[in-house]
Amino acid sequence: MMLRYAARRAVSLVLSLLVASLVIFLVLEIVPGDPAAYMLGVNAQPDTLAALRAELGLNQSATARYLDWAGGMLVGDFGISYTYRTPVAEMIADRLQVSLPLALFALALSTGIALPAGIWAARRRGSAVDVGVMGLTQLGVAIPNFWFAMLMVLVFAINLRWFGAGGFPGWEAGLWPGLKSLTLPAVALALPQASILARVMRSALLDTLSSDYIRTARAKGLTRAQALRRHALRNAMIPVLTIIGLQFSFLLAGAIIIENVFFLPGLGRLVFQAISARDLIVVESVVMLLVFAVIVVNFAVDLAYAWIDPRLRGRR
Amino acid sequence: MKRLTACALAGAMSVAGWAAQAGSDLVVGLQLEPPHLDPTSAAAGAIDQVLYANVFEGLTRFGPDGTVHPGLAESWEISGDGTVYTFRLRPGVTFHDGTALDAADVVFTLDRARDDMSQNAQKALFEGIETVEALDDLTVRVTLRGPDGNFLFNMAWGDAVIVAPESIGNIKQAPVGTGAFVFDDWVQGDRITLTRNPEYWGTPAWLDRATFRFISDPTAAFAAVMAEDVDAFPGFPAPENLPQFEADPRFQVLVGTTEGETILSMNNARPPLNDKMVRRAIAHAIDRRAVIEGAMFGLGTPIGTHFAPHHPDYVDLTHLSSYDPELSRQLLDEAGYGDGFTVALKLPPPSYARRGGEIIAAQLRSVGIETEITNLEWAQWLEEVFRGKDYGLTIVSHTEPFDIGIYARPDYYFQYDSAEFQTLHAALAEQTNPKKRARLLERMQTRIAEDYVNGYLFQLAIPTVANARLRGLWVNAPTQATDLTGVYWEE
Repeated sequence: MMLRYAARRAVSLVLSLLVASLVIFLVLEIVPGDPAAYMLGVNAQPDTLAALRAELGLNQSATARYLDWAGGMLVGDFGISYTYRTPVAEMIADRLQVSLPLALFALALSTGIALPAGIWAARRRGSAVDVGVMGLTQLGVAIPNFWFAMLMVLVFAINLRWFGAGGFPGWEAGLWPGLKSLTLPAVALALPQASILARVMRSALLDTLSSDYIRTARAKGLTRAQALRRHALRNAMIPVLTIIGLQFSFLLAGAIIIENVFFLPGLGRLVFQAISARDLIVVESVVMLLVFAVIVVNFAVDLAYAWIDPRLRGRR
Repeated sequence: MKRLTACALAGAMSVAGWAAQAGSDLVVGLQLEPPHLDPTSAAAGAIDQVLYANVFEGLTRFGPDGTVHPGLAESWEISGDGTVYTFRLRPGVTFHDGTALDAADVVFTLDRARDDMSQNAQKALFEGIETVEALDDLTVRVTLRGPDGNFLFNMAWGDAVIVAPESIGNIKQAPVGTGAFVFDDWVQGDRITLTRNPEYWGTPAWLDRATFRFISDPTAAFAAVMAEDVDAFPGFPAPENLPQFEADPRFQVLVGTTEGETILSMNNARPPLNDKMVRRAIAHAIDRRAVIEGAMFGLGTPIGTHFAPHHPDYVDLTHLSSYDPELSRQLLDEAGYGDGFTVALKLPPPSYARRGGEIIAAQLRSVGIETEITNLEWAQWLEEVFRGKDYGLTIVSHTEPFDIGIYARPDYYFQYDSAEFQTLHAALAEQTNPKKRARLLERMQTRIAEDYVNGYLFQLAIPTVANARLRGLWVNAPTQATDLTGVYWEE
């Protein structure tokens, strides 16, 4: 049952990727701007431009370039960057060393804070704790994360000197210096996510706590805590998991602004630089990777639903 | 902290009596990251900002004031007719991979730049070359098609640095030059590290290690300097914060000049801008001071023509286009545009263009000219404005040194076609007598100013914020370089 479910989901995953690759390629095809002209600047001569365009393969037809790119990706070859002239796969792998740990760090912070806070608030509904958590999360959702990031830089980097103002020393400098340089960015990314997640956790738990089966569970003699743990939490996890999945995809792709504030060499900055240089092959590949990540995360979340809630396995 | 200890250690061991000391590290902040590390095959100024004079050297080189000095060529002879240059190379110079610099490397470099498949962004610099021959190991003869007063100047550009056939294959990732610093490491998106070249042929660098960090966001740049994560930031991107650094004893602020003539370019072929009277009206409608104050926080020198004010041959022609809205309206009336007109103003990303564009739009509106502002990215600007010539007005800083010659190209994006200017320009190319050159340059500057080809705004300034103990940084930027060979920490 579980296997067939997984197989069906896998087919739709592949189809989604194919459609995504076409859309990404076509959209970027329309954007004006020539990578060769950007690289050679205002004094470039026509023959120099032609030579560079030929070397980059830009004089081929769009169809040929799409097939080249998409075909290469199937075997893990993302092509060569127009501007950097290095394999795109290597560049992405380098940047993932920053972006992936940053996203995981932020996600760990966000869930680590949000789930206990949401559960606590739901159990003490209407109390001072609940009001406090709700107020703080309201604030957390409202504060723009780049502003919060700049505030933290001002306090912790410029005034207190506990952290550097940004940059990433590389994992080869050691685990602690690496984590330290990701701490402020992770906190800045996690704050709004944690606020949203805490609110979702609280309302999902309140919903289940007021349902009939909890009343039944209490009636058959379970304590409040037992009923919460065995029945309410499990059911409340479905919407929470959905949000966590969405947040992970967002954290991986959406850290562009935070990466700029902390000048981190992550995927976001790579895309940012590549777009302005019209390094289309890099933009296409990174966007494709992010699409892939989103789809895979959704797939994983779907599987997790089925694992948590056996009723879902038979459907769809 | 690590830097301080390194300093103290080096200080303790130093035998030099004066303030300077060898050793210690430096972190330099730059706004833009190089796309790759070959200065001879891209226009990106960021490549020169890291590598020029530090890693790569040419036959000649620019000094801090923009004058041309001997580089890898220690001397040269010029034939009587000005067409044959015989360069004598410095003996004992080696590339960082240990191979010797010889005449064959120079022949290779110049031939590669001139080749049909050349990707040199400034190929025009080499166009006058007829042949390049190695006479012996250390002598190179360059024969030109005709005399060229700019040849030694051209050879000082970053696009003309000497590279070796042994290391050219990998130059974009691992550059190998002859300079006082050796390329060490590049963490893309973050930093490039150079280390001192112990085998350097000239005066060795003071610094042991120099790290360039790439910080594009102005707020992040401010934070990095304030937190002292970065020791020097040439081209500091947030001029509004300069007073704060000036007031802080930890820092020094240097404001220098660049080769960037910032102009309101006009499409001379598109009505109504093809009418000189209209262009003159626009020129008189602009209050340069207000643009400099408003867009650049006071940094920048007003210019009246397309020439750098610090150049000895500069002529001040700002009076030809003084701020006079009344005259401007009168000229528009005479030209038949008493009711004004609407023109497209396309702006590239730099703040001089975006902020300056808003101010100029307001100034033009007050004489009756409406603008339609479009913000463009550089790639779009190059395609639409520069190559497509689909624009009315644009604002751009022409950063190449000594580039008044672009006015002799009728197909250039402002499409100015003046036989008189073209004749003057041709005469200049063949003239090597400094006095006669100055006279020609004066006439060229005056010609374009009196033809009101473009609205001449100001010479772009470059602010550098640095640690107060740092010495030897270039104040001016005669080329887009961050020459660290003479930089040291004062105790």
